[in-house]
Amino acid sequence: MSLSTLRLGYVPLIDAAPLIVARELGFDAEEGLSFELIRLQSWAQSRDLLGMGGIDAAHMLVPLPIAQTLGLGPVYPRFDLVMVLSVGGQAIAVSAALADAMRTQGHGFGFGDPLAARDALIAVAGGRLRVGVPFPFSTQAELVRRWLAGTGLDAGVSIHTVPPPLMADALAAGEVDAFCVGEPWASYAVERGVAALVLAGRSIWASPPEKGLVLTRDFTASRPEETGRMMRALWRACRWLDQPDNRSTAAEILSRPDYLNLPPELSERGLLGRLHISMSGEVRQYPGFIRFHDGAANFPWRSLAALLAQRIATVHGLDVNWAMDQAMGCFRTDLYRQHLRQAGADLPGASARIEGSMLHATAVASEMGQMILGPDAFFDGETFDPALAAR
Amino acid sequence: MARLSIIVVERDRDRALRIVDGLMASGDHAITVIAEETGLARRIAEQKPDIVLIDVADPSRDVLEELALVSGPMERPVAMFVDRSDEQLTRAAIEAGVSAYVVDGLQPERIKPILDAAIARFHMFQKMRAELAATKAALEERKIIDRAKAILMKARGIDEEAAYALLRKTAMDQKRRVADIAQQLVMAAGLLT
Repeated sequence: MSLSTLRLGYVPLIDAAPLIVARELGFDAEEGLSFELIRLQSWAQSRDLLGMGGIDAAHMLVPLPIAQTLGLGPVYPRFDLVMVLSVGGQAIAVSAALADAMRTQGHGFGFGDPLAARDALIAVAGGRLRVGVPFPFSTQAELVRRWLAGTGLDAGVSIHTVPPPLMADALAAGEVDAFCVGEPWASYAVERGVAALVLAGRSIWASPPEKGLVLTRDFTASRPEETGRMMRALWRACRWLDQPDNRSTAAEILSRPDYLNLPPELSERGLLGRLHISMSGEVRQYPGFIRFHDGAANFPWRSLAALLAQRIATVHGLDVNWAMDQAMGCFRTDLYRQHLRQAGADLPGASARIEGSMLHATAVASEMGQMILGPDAFFDGETFDPALAAR
Repeated sequence: MARLSIIVVERDRDRALRIVDGLMASGDHAITVIAEETGLARRIAEQKPDIVLIDVADPSRDVLEELALVSGPMERPVAMFVDRSDEQLTRAAIEAGVSAYVVDGLQPERIKPILDAAIARFHMFQKMRAELAATKAALEERKIIDRAKAILMKARGIDEEAAYALLRKTAMDQKRRVADIAQQLVMAAGLLT
């Protein structure tokens, strides 16, 4: 049988693992596909190539297709997010100078307490904090805004876009004081001796959706068969990745010159949830630092689209109701149900939920009986009900 | 008509010079080259250019994306992308490997000759880059094949010609390239010693 080739774009990060694993372990061939993986250098490039048909699908920041749908980008055919590929995987780092000051003041660098880390940081920031994030529309930007909102530092905080591989340089050059980025780029900055890690993204929001599989609506509509096959291949790769024994192997594969081109030891930290928070080798264990499958991680909850759209609309002065409505339309729970049911994915009864309501893993009704979701709480205790948010 | 202010973001000095040459030929512009990625946002904000040209694959593009979003209508923004109405031009630019950030409200007839010139130059570089990569790959393959030949000569006591013939026959039998077979052999030999 000859395989049909699909071109998938990815940006080098540990959360590109589902694409790389699908290709390297042959989950693509099992579905009669051959993935050609294209390494990209920026999110703008990913968006442009997808919009122009240069790639068939992209590993993309979850908020990016939402921003595109809201008209905050060039005019391209509509984008659909058909499944979430990863949850978590982000870390917040501060400059070596700030870290020293925080330590002097008695901060213990526990890596899991957002309030302690925030208070310690604000105490030494001197009224100003410039924070790097990978893209204006990124889960990182949302995490940073949420974490620092309502503090005395509110007015002094500014958020700047810095490409992930350049985060360490920007910190070293004093262009930013801190950053939030996906692994391995936070660990890379630690290894360079310019940063210390203060917090995992999941400590701010227990279930922050990070990357999704994004296709144009033209593709999902005109090539449903290949859309389904692609989704199933990636879904199986995600399931493989969440078997704990496979994570070290994944780190090896990902680190090859063709992909991340970094020492496996660096990619492994995020994948195993064993992070070195400083140059002196202090290790913090963070189980479930990044998830690819468990807790229904792959389901593109429409309530997540609404939540992120509400935040983007507020920042960019758009009508919130309209924005939430548009965004929910590009999270294709219908395609998820249609294409992944036959792969054996369990499916939740509802397509939207109250975000932030689960402090612990919780069983909910599903097609197969029960599925375990969450936890998904925000550190500030907020809950988001899309029905209540629409006014 | 006022001169247009253009920024070219390009690290490679030689390449930058040639792009500037191409742009100069399209009219009288004030052109600045930025070769450093640090401080990019600040430097662009200070210069308030009408157009920024940057390689489609440059990691710093995302910094420009942010500039395009944050600049309000009153601050002469480096606004959005290639002219929205001209999809063909956008496509040509991206295929050539150049992305353009154009100030809001700049007339299309002023943008087009500049973009045409940029597209022509970037096309040229893309071709050169592809050729260079192909040459490099061919050299690498040559080296691997030589090593594989040496391994065979030593292991089987045959001469160079026979070693190459063996590689070629194996490749043909397996419907693979000689270089792939050589690569496998070198790797396997590495494991055995």
